Amino acid sequence: MDFTYTILIPLIPLFSFLIIGFLHNKLSNTVASGIGITALTASFVMSYYTAYKYFFTTEKIDGAYQKIIGYNTVWLQFTENLHIDMGTLIDPISVMMLVVVSTVSLMVHIYSTGYMKGEDGFNRFYSFLSLFSFSMFGLVVSTNIFQMYVFWELVGVSSFLLIGYYYDKPSAVAASKKAFIVTRFADMFFLIGILTVGYITDTYDFLALTDPSGSAIAQGGGILFMGMSTMTWALILIFMGGAGKSAMMPFHIWLPDAMEGPTPVSALIHAATMVVAGVYLVARLFPVYSISAPDALEVVAYVGAISSLFAAIVATTQFDIKRVLAFSTMSQIGYMITALGVSGMHGHEGVGYMASMFHLFTHAMFKALLFLGAGAVIHAVHSNLMNEMGGLRKYLPVTHITFLIATLTIAGVPPLSGFFSKDEILVAAFHHDKFIFFIQLFVAGLTAFYMFRLYFRVFWNKEPHYHHTPHDAPMSMKFPLMFLAMFSFVAGFLPFNEWITVDGKAIEIHTEWVVAIPATLFGLIGIAIAMVMYKKETAIPDKISAAFGKFYKWTFNKFYFDEIYMFVTHKIIFNIVSKSVAWFDRNVVDATMDGIGHVTEKSAEMIKGLQSGQIQKYGFVFISGAIIIAIAFILNLFY
Amino acid sequence: MIPNIPLSYFFVVGTLMFFIGVFGFLTRRNLITILMSVELILNSVNINFVAVNRYLFPDNMHGHFFTIFIIAIAASEAAVAIAIILNIYRKFKTINVENVSEMKY
Amino acid sequence: MDIMFYIFSTIILVFSVLTVTSRKILRAATYLLFVLIATAGLYFLLNYQFIAAIQLTLYAGGIVVLIIFSILLTSHISQSFEPVGKLKTIASGLASVAGALLTLTVLLEHEFTASTKPPVDVNMESIGLSLLSYERDGFVLPFEVISVLLLAAMIGAIVIAKKSEEKVTNQENNKSL
Repeated sequence: MDFTYTILIPLIPLFSFLIIGFLHNKLSNTVASGIGITALTASFVMSYYTAYKYFFTTEKIDGAYQKIIGYNTVWLQFTENLHIDMGTLIDPISVMMLVVVSTVSLMVHIYSTGYMKGEDGFNRFYSFLSLFSFSMFGLVVSTNIFQMYVFWELVGVSSFLLIGYYYDKPSAVAASKKAFIVTRFADMFFLIGILTVGYITDTYDFLALTDPSGSAIAQGGGILFMGMSTMTWALILIFMGGAGKSAMMPFHIWLPDAMEGPTPVSALIHAATMVVAGVYLVARLFPVYSISAPDALEVVAYVGAISSLFAAIVATTQFDIKRVLAFSTMSQIGYMITALGVSGMHGHEGVGYMASMFHLFTHAMFKALLFLGAGAVIHAVHSNLMNEMGGLRKYLPVTHITFLIATLTIAGVPPLSGFFSKDEILVAAFHHDKFIFFIQLFVAGLTAFYMFRLYFRVFWNKEPHYHHTPHDAPMSMKFPLMFLAMFSFVAGFLPFNEWITVDGKAIEIHTEWVVAIPATLFGLIGIAIAMVMYKKETAIPDKISAAFGKFYKWTFNKFYFDEIYMFVTHKIIFNIVSKSVAWFDRNVVDATMDGIGHVTEKSAEMIKGLQSGQIQKYGFVFISGAIIIAIAFILNLFY
Repeated sequence: MIPNIPLSYFFVVGTLMFFIGVFGFLTRRNLITILMSVELILNSVNINFVAVNRYLFPDNMHGHFFTIFIIAIAASEAAVAIAIILNIYRKFKTINVENVSEMKY
Repeated sequence: MDIMFYIFSTIILVFSVLTVTSRKILRAATYLLFVLIATAGLYFLLNYQFIAAIQLTLYAGGIVVLIIFSILLTSHISQSFEPVGKLKTIASGLASVAGALLTLTVLLEHEFTASTKPPVDVNMESIGLSLLSYERDGFVLPFEVISVLLLAAMIGAIVIAKKSEEKVTNQENNKSL
């Protein structure tokens, strides 16, 4: 099977970026968005074609999907074995990611023509969207860790650029800086991890690394460092990079602030694609984790579970609808991470891996839908705060219906896709670790609760006074909503258990009622509570928050994570470390330089009188000098 | 026809004249007198060339020609120098070398 | 004959000193003229008539006239110079004396042996032939170079001494105002 053309999937958006970027003041808005959409449509079509070709027509060997190198070129050659390539790797998860990224990105491109209409820098926005799409495609098809790292940083940059899209808004600038610095900080560990892995295994190539029978995996165990093998440490470091991108604890602080960017950006980057890069990274290296470093996988599982619980709790108290969705995203990514953490390699043990990817897929669709719906609401109301919303179902019928579908999906109501994928995760957790299972079950209930709180507050509840009647979004915004809503319906029935597994072989799944019934029940309870509390305006929420008292306040302030970070960075790092370094810089380094300059200047000041312009003084000096030199020669002073 | 005088006597005259010229160059303030000192210096060199030619290499005329060329150069130098001095005078209304010190630091 | 050498030498040295010390500029120029004429006398003594003639015409006739001409353009004849500062005189004098002593020591320590070769006949014909000869002892290249130099010096002197156009127009403007 020839997959060479897959290199075009990232390259077409790159060209679109270059064209729109270079000509952004020449092109009209229609043309710029047209170029972006056309390029993305091309990638979209090719991604779907690749998926069709890969899952339906490529021959399986031994009942397993093969990993295929579509295109490869050596980029940097270090030694015979150690080189960095650029290329495309076609395997089940990369194909799935191509589908996810191209779908959501195309929808966001279309949606933005309506949402961003009339904004300053419309063309800039489209060029950055193209840049992001290029980077994300490049990331998912990476053939080696280094290529992934390169594109990993590129998506970070695109994210930075798009969060800071409203660069004249101080909060947006601060948010973009925060996102960049936090993820970059995490990426530092990622890089150390990559180098360590490269050092141990002598390869960066994913195929060689993840081959379960290969030598790379076998090499990891030997060397011990602080009680764990070096491989474990390296993989934990790599996971830290992934945690930074995927907003896991404790690197999650940038994600809520990233909502300063335009809503389509939040939908694309901070809900559906870039933030799941961490999940994708762990999934990509899963065989290494599973075989060489089960301890690292345990860390992964717990980080995911705790993050998802934390985020779900915080989400219940937020009032900014985009922030609620941001915490919800974090919580759902926690789910995926946990699922990877509790997964095994083969057969039914590998259900966690499958479930994680499944949830990644469905989550991308319904979370993008939620964000785009939220965008439509914000577009209509011109506010992010749910206090200023209510009763919108009459004004925004299409948004209302699609948003409801998405909300039901994320709450895990059967037969929508969220139910299936979440169910698989719970099953995997149930068989691996009961503690994690209960956390996840509780989170499922919380998810249903906070999502329906959002839904009822926005579309039901008391109607505030609107300055002008909200009206439904234009067709360019409605179409992506409906398309994604359709996906949220259908995605649950895709046979992920056949397509996406660790070893490529299909696994049997069957509904485990022990898990499914409580999960659904928790979801329904959450919905019911939200309905009682928020469908009509009631006093219950205030009473409850008063009852929780301090805990409520803590939650509302996101457990003061930002403040802790501020304390650590400002009080400790800035005050103690940076100040002494700055002192050293100013008083030692700079002072030396200043001193040299000062001495030069002073001595110049002192001797500049010699340069008097009096020609006779010059003549005198010249002649006496000549005489002195002559005398010195005669007296043999130079020998 | 060589006078009955040792060569070194010519050297003494030349040297003394040279350093008198140098002394004048260093002490005189007027640009024209400085120019005259330079002429003295050139002239002393000429004396040495001619004397050496006559005493040591009477069979050729190299010193002789050098003297001719030096005279030519001295003439052109004097012409250009005087042109410059006139220009300076026009610009500064003086030809005192101490007042013409624009070219400093 | 020898006495002539001593007379010329004395004239040269005395008038050299007077040239660089005289406080009247025109007198200095006149002393310089005496020095140059005495030098021409030395050349005659050495039997180089051609050079002596050049010395007289070019130096004494040309350059000194040029100098006097420029003196008249730039100075008042009656004006006498201020005495030179003591420090300057002493420093310059020391440097000159030191230089003179040094040079004389070197020159007098070295023994020059007079050549016994038969002298060439320096007449106008041999000078002219040597100047334009490109064979051994020919000086055609320096001759050409020096002619270019003279031309350049002439043009340069004219260009430098010429009043600039702007100044002329300015003055005209001033007049018209």
